[in-house]
Amino acid sequence: MAADPRKKSQPARGANKARSPWREQAESYFTHHRKVAEDSARRLWRNPVASLMTWTVMGVALALPVALLLLLTSLQGVSAGWESGARVTAYIELDVPLERARVLGNDIAGDGRVAGVELVDRDQALAEFRASSGLEDALDYLEDNPLPHTLLITPEEGARSTEGVEGLVRFIEGMEGVERVQVDLGWLQRLNAMTDLLARAVWALAILLAAAVVLVIGNTVRLSIESRRDEILVAKLVGGTDSFVRRPFLYTGAWFGLGGGIVALILLQLSLWWLSGPIERLAGLYRSDFSLDGLQFDGALALIIVAMLLGWLGAWVAVKRHLDDMEPGDIAGGG
Amino acid sequence: MIEFRQVTKRYDSDHTALRQVNFGLERGELAFLTGHSGAGKSTLLKLIMVMERPSAGAVVVGGQVLNRLPRRQIPYIRRHIGVVFQNHQLLFDRTVFDNVAMPLEVMGASPRDTGRRVRAALDKVGLLQKEKMNPMQLSGGEQQRVGIARAVVNKPPVLLADEPTGNLDPALSADIMNLFGQFSQVGVTVLIATHDIALINEMGRRTLKLDHGRLVTGGASVIGGGANGR
Repeated sequence: MAADPRKKSQPARGANKARSPWREQAESYFTHHRKVAEDSARRLWRNPVASLMTWTVMGVALALPVALLLLLTSLQGVSAGWESGARVTAYIELDVPLERARVLGNDIAGDGRVAGVELVDRDQALAEFRASSGLEDALDYLEDNPLPHTLLITPEEGARSTEGVEGLVRFIEGMEGVERVQVDLGWLQRLNAMTDLLARAVWALAILLAAAVVLVIGNTVRLSIESRRDEILVAKLVGGTDSFVRRPFLYTGAWFGLGGGIVALILLQLSLWWLSGPIERLAGLYRSDFSLDGLQFDGALALIIVAMLLGWLGAWVAVKRHLDDMEPGDIAGGG
Repeated sequence: MIEFRQVTKRYDSDHTALRQVNFGLERGELAFLTGHSGAGKSTLLKLIMVMERPSAGAVVVGGQVLNRLPRRQIPYIRRHIGVVFQNHQLLFDRTVFDNVAMPLEVMGASPRDTGRRVRAALDKVGLLQKEKMNPMQLSGGEQQRVGIARAVVNKPPVLLADEPTGNLDPALSADIMNLFGQFSQVGVTVLIATHDIALINEMGRRTLKLDHGRLVTGGASVIGGGANGR
């Protein structure tokens, strides 16, 4: 669909009018665009109930995936926070003396990936265990202290990713005198896997709902094409190009998108406001600084632009299917 | 201006609307197109407007062969052909002015230009005072004249009319025909499809008569020759 306005005025022959200078052509082209845009907006206003229903359908369909995406972003923020708390525990072999354990601790502390090392000697560990486990009597039966010296290692900020921690674990495991290294990454990996899964599910849902939006707008625009059939036929009859005839409907689609985007924003803001209390309480119970963030200005702008594009696309589908086939042949009448 | 060379239009195997039609119309010529119902009058007009394509032969308008015209070029051809219908095809959701302005709007004329040309066209058909009215408020004859104003507002070199007087009484019909006569005098090629034998006889112009898709009178004699329909 070539829509260069300046090319339009050059037809075949029998040319009957002086060609206007391109500046005037461009000016009337933009005037026409503005007129069409205003006219299609006015048509939507004139049927407020029908338009509002379409906007709401579109708003709900857009708000749902965006809300889930926001939730997901917040969750990922939380898991990143927990990840930073990851600690590596190294158990020293039982027959290694305390002095040697201290040297090991210093060696590990010298590594660039390590922020700090804390040594818990076996007597201290037994005392803590005795105090916390409630197994004093059973421990009394033991002849020796079964617990080894332990090093509690906090990784450096940069090494706190799953891969970084794993590399650190391999390094410590390779040291002489280290019996076993434990790091509780399992649950972290599970959480990450779950947010990954959730992210994909949300995107799949978003794509499905976007398709639904396109179809809804397509159908609405199809109805509006039907109701303006005479006008379309006359426009084609007097030499309206396809892009001329399409234009009002494409604008209609974009306006539907704008309305839908605004409704979606309102819905998001409302549900955020409604959820913020309970979320704060829940986060407080977990001593987490988790918070569900709304859309910033650029996010809101992006949402509205995407909504308008989807509306435009829906209109385009309808126009492609129903408008281009319309030919004024049938109004030329019998005889 | 308009030339048909051995034009055949077949819709499907057993329905042939036009058979080897040959004729030519000069610039400024006014001719009638007549024949029984289903003789192919509408098909002939549709071929000129590129609403249909011929099955065989060539349709030439303004020196351009329309057979192989790409689809996207069709609108530009139609801008050079004004059409008037029996049921005038006006839009009742806008004023007379906006109805007449449509061909200009489609071409991207500037608002200033549009106003000037629309008023000139309305003045020509004697409806300048009614530009702000809705076509629904007008009489049948006035509506038809608005249709004519719309057809000529961008000064097309070709004017087609399909039963333009079908719903009008004889006095109004004569008025309309006078208008067409004036357009042909300023160089517009006018082709009028009609049943109205009395009207045709009164005007005494060239008449193309179709019978079951064949052009039986007023046809090939003109090919290559001058305007002899006067």
